[in-house]
Amino acid sequence: MNFIFKMAWRDSRASRRRLVLFSFSIVLGIAALVAIGSLGSNLESAIDEQAKGLLGADLIITSREPMGVAARAHVAGLAEAVAREVSFSSMMAFPSAENLTRLVNVRALEGGFPFFGDFVTVPADAAARWRERRDGVIVEETLLRQFNAGVGDRVKLGATLFTVVGALQKFPGESSALTATVAPRALIPWEALAATGLAEGNVLVRHRVMLKLPAERAPAAVERDLRARFGGAGFGFDTVAERRRNLGRVLDNIENFLGLVGFIALFLGAIGVASAMHVYVQQKIPTVAVLRCLGASARQSFGVYLVQGLALGLLGAVLGAALGVGVQAIIPSLLGDALPFDVRFFIAWPAVARGMGAGLVISVLFTLLPLLAVRRVSPLGALRSAFQENQPVGPDLWRITVAILIVGAVTGFSIWQTGRWRDGLSFTAVLAGGFGLLAGLAKGVTWSVRRWLPRGSPYVVRQGLANLYRPNNRTVLLLLSLGLGTFLMLTLLLTRTTLLREIEFAGGGGRPNLLFFDIQDDQVAGVVQATAREQAPVLVQAPIITMKIARVKGRTVDDLLRDQRGGRDERGERGGRGERGGRGERGERGGRGEVDGSKRGEERDRSPRFGRDQEQAEGGDRLPSWTLRREYRSTFRGTLAGTERLVSGEWVERVAAGEAVVPVTMEEGLFKQMGLSLGDEIEWDVQGVPIRSKIVGVRAVEWRRLEPNFFVVFPLGVLEPAPKFHVAAVRANDAAHSARVQRAVVAAFPNVTAIDLALVMQAVDGIFTKVAFVIEFMAAFTVLTGVIVLAGAVLAGRFQRIRETVLLRTLGATRRQLAQIQFVEYAVLGVLGAAVGSFLAIVSNALLAKYVFRLEPTLPLLLPLLAGLAVVIVTLVTGWLSSRGINDQPPLEVLRQET
Amino acid sequence: MLKVEQLAKFYRTGAGDALSVLNAVSFEIPAGASVAIVGPSGSGKTTLLGLCAGLDRPSGGRVELAGESIGEMNEDARARVRNAHVGFVFQNFQLIPTLTALENVLVPVELRGEGGARAEAEAQELLARVGLSERSGHYPVQLSGGEQQRVALARAFMNRPKILFCDEPTGNLDGATAHAMVELIFGLNREKGTTLVLVTHDQDLARKCQRIIRLKSGVVVSDESTAPAGPASMVSGDGGNI
Repeated sequence: MNFIFKMAWRDSRASRRRLVLFSFSIVLGIAALVAIGSLGSNLESAIDEQAKGLLGADLIITSREPMGVAARAHVAGLAEAVAREVSFSSMMAFPSAENLTRLVNVRALEGGFPFFGDFVTVPADAAARWRERRDGVIVEETLLRQFNAGVGDRVKLGATLFTVVGALQKFPGESSALTATVAPRALIPWEALAATGLAEGNVLVRHRVMLKLPAERAPAAVERDLRARFGGAGFGFDTVAERRRNLGRVLDNIENFLGLVGFIALFLGAIGVASAMHVYVQQKIPTVAVLRCLGASARQSFGVYLVQGLALGLLGAVLGAALGVGVQAIIPSLLGDALPFDVRFFIAWPAVARGMGAGLVISVLFTLLPLLAVRRVSPLGALRSAFQENQPVGPDLWRITVAILIVGAVTGFSIWQTGRWRDGLSFTAVLAGGFGLLAGLAKGVTWSVRRWLPRGSPYVVRQGLANLYRPNNRTVLLLLSLGLGTFLMLTLLLTRTTLLREIEFAGGGGRPNLLFFDIQDDQVAGVVQATAREQAPVLVQAPIITMKIARVKGRTVDDLLRDQRGGRDERGERGGRGERGGRGERGERGGRGEVDGSKRGEERDRSPRFGRDQEQAEGGDRLPSWTLRREYRSTFRGTLAGTERLVSGEWVERVAAGEAVVPVTMEEGLFKQMGLSLGDEIEWDVQGVPIRSKIVGVRAVEWRRLEPNFFVVFPLGVLEPAPKFHVAAVRANDAAHSARVQRAVVAAFPNVTAIDLALVMQAVDGIFTKVAFVIEFMAAFTVLTGVIVLAGAVLAGRFQRIRETVLLRTLGATRRQLAQIQFVEYAVLGVLGAAVGSFLAIVSNALLAKYVFRLEPTLPLLLPLLAGLAVVIVTLVTGWLSSRGINDQPPLEVLRQET
Repeated sequence: MLKVEQLAKFYRTGAGDALSVLNAVSFEIPAGASVAIVGPSGSGKTTLLGLCAGLDRPSGGRVELAGESIGEMNEDARARVRNAHVGFVFQNFQLIPTLTALENVLVPVELRGEGGARAEAEAQELLARVGLSERSGHYPVQLSGGEQQRVALARAFMNRPKILFCDEPTGNLDGATAHAMVELIFGLNREKGTTLVLVTHDQDLARKCQRIIRLKSGVVVSDESTAPAGPASMVSGDGGNI
């Protein structure tokens, strides 16, 4: 053993720099894993430490209707302190900025909420004192900045002028980044609400009652008690524990996803290490042969290089862990205010150990593969250098074992990271598929170049191309690393472009891009005139009637829901795949034409999850409970809208008054999720009035267009007398025009709310930018690993190519010619790597667009071209930098070094 | 010391045919003897050396080295025999480029886990014996060909071998250096009482051994003694300097 260590140390003398460089290949992968893991622990403990602050209260009861007197009296008796809130969307006008308007989320608050957590304002005392004046408002800081407004300025909500008393920076449990973009918050005192006139008749109002409970009263017990007593009142409950669970789950998913991105970097780096070690071992074969001659056993000679491989892995793991901790410290600042709580930085040693362990295991397993060759080195190699070529190569059980271990380790890590067998196996399969494809293409390239080498081309071109297939070429390795790096980065860029282009397209070509809703019956004519005056005539207008499902196929909703509860956790269903038709599109619908939108409370429950809940919703034919509970905002009309088409059944224009069962059409996605068939009956509760309906048609709806779209459309002749409001869509030519139209409408009808497509784009772009930045940051680890692997490969190969280069120089090749040969080789590799990576990115973008976002994929040709060019340049520069020494040294010196 | 019986070696060619390199080779070398194996290129002499030294397994026949039948041993068992009984000198020196001269000499004993100050002193002594005490800290690239071969010789004697195998030990050296090297090999061989088996093209060098085995196309064509003009007469003139 002593000999092994001594020899490993001595033998590494001439190659330590090289070995250190090899170890760099895995540094970034390990750094990524350590950073993500440790950050995950930071987030977890932040959630634990700030648990109560995540909600601001012990229990929050949400409802669409104000809480009844009995219920209020009951909760007052249970709680130590009670607060209540009414919130809704409305337009805020800024007189100081030419009466420009902006959609805000108004919160009228009564009581001492938040009871816990950080309520941060500028000036700091505004949080404590803002209720002192009835016309005081605290407005989202970013919104004030946007309108150049500040404390003391006046803003208008509905019919009332308010004075800004503070800028809102932080409110417990809410992420400023998201709320600020989608709907900036405006806090007003409860007493000021009535005067605005905004809440009356507004069907999109949300009521919340916040409780601070005595220590002996568990929130879950109170929730159970209230459910039992007021089950039918339509209350929703939010507790700290639940909030923590949801948040933890979302963060877990993010951590898992980023962990996988980091793992790709590690995997790539490990392949780089294996490739470099392969070259290294090839060079060491004469030494091993001599050792064998002198009596070293296979175990001893293998041990010498295994120790070097282990040391390399360990060095990489230590450097990676150090870098990872550094990166971990800066990630929270990258995420900024996207997190709804403060993150305290600390090094989570278990996470560091896990990252290092994973790195070490993967790197050692990959190192073992080339090292196993050492065992088979014959001492005869010392007598005859060509001996190895005559060795029969049979199946090597050790190699097979190591290969199986590698596959096992990768699969095991993936399963561990994703927390699910299926996801882990899928990830491994995708990884294997991607690598297989790239490796296959690389093999194809080497074969093609060998087959069709342009014999008539200049010598330097032939020589450069021949380098692609000659023994110990780097084609496969470089195409893998360059291709994968390009693929990851470009996929992100393309997806982003596809999403943004789609939104632009949705609002292009004369389509509506400005939506007004909450228009009352008597305001329709006025809004039409006001917009017409501003040269933005109403293009689409629809009445909206709110309703709930009372029975499906004869069974009451309560019955159906009881079934769900008896079966499994309904939350799982809501968040799962069942949401696909709803979820992916819903995010957009809410902001675009989907007037039948959900409240944020519901949305939160439907946050996307990384698969865990999917199966629950996929299996079985139960009705997703959200489809039963939600409030439907339906319309009636005689014709199909421009954004929809009938996919099955029939379209009924009108029915005679008094029709017992009304023929309606339903949106395709909802129809499928509810597992309905044509002819099925649904009974609606239209604000107290029961209406029976039969599904006679199914519509495919183009949700992404900013036009009023509906889940359920009634024919003319039934809903006309029902209480309703209206929605109208117009087209504005530009931002100034849009502002003018909004100002005109809101000034005349303060209760009317506007959604500007530009705002939606801004929100989508804002969210995407934040998410993409973090993903790009992680993907950059992969790309950088690719660059290091490239440098390592060039350096490793340098020792193989050096004799040939020296020979060429001895025979009279100029430095220019040598550089040209190298240029041809790396240019071809760079171009192919970029091309293959771009191709994969384009395919994956198309698949993502089609199956995840349900969009037409965009293909901006310039983007892959630019990305490809960047990859080629990086390849050439790295290749040039790491080969410099070869061409510069005098042949004799090089020959001496190589002795 | 070395007994070879009906030794055969053949390789499979790419076409699947068997290519015979050695055929029915038999001889015996007593302890302390010096034997040269000569023959034209491709006659199988290096293959024979490899088989005798336990670097490869024969296709047929038997090799007994220092009383142990090595033909049936696996590679690791043969490695132990080599480490215990065999010294090597190669045409292309085969020093480990990453080790200093001293470290190269120490390898055989360190492999046995017998390193340490005493081994180091012995290695230094051997280096001094080959005239390189001042160069013990130098790496192979810093030594001339002759110096490298002298380090290889010191290494070959470090494990006190019973038998020394030399493969064209002067093949890469110029005349004067080669001569000095030969003096050293035979001098140390006599001094340490080692058996010497030497493969060479050089007829003059071969004649310095007590016996010459000639090979042609893998078959022993002659096996004759060179006495009385053996190594004893050659060494006697310069022995005092060694």
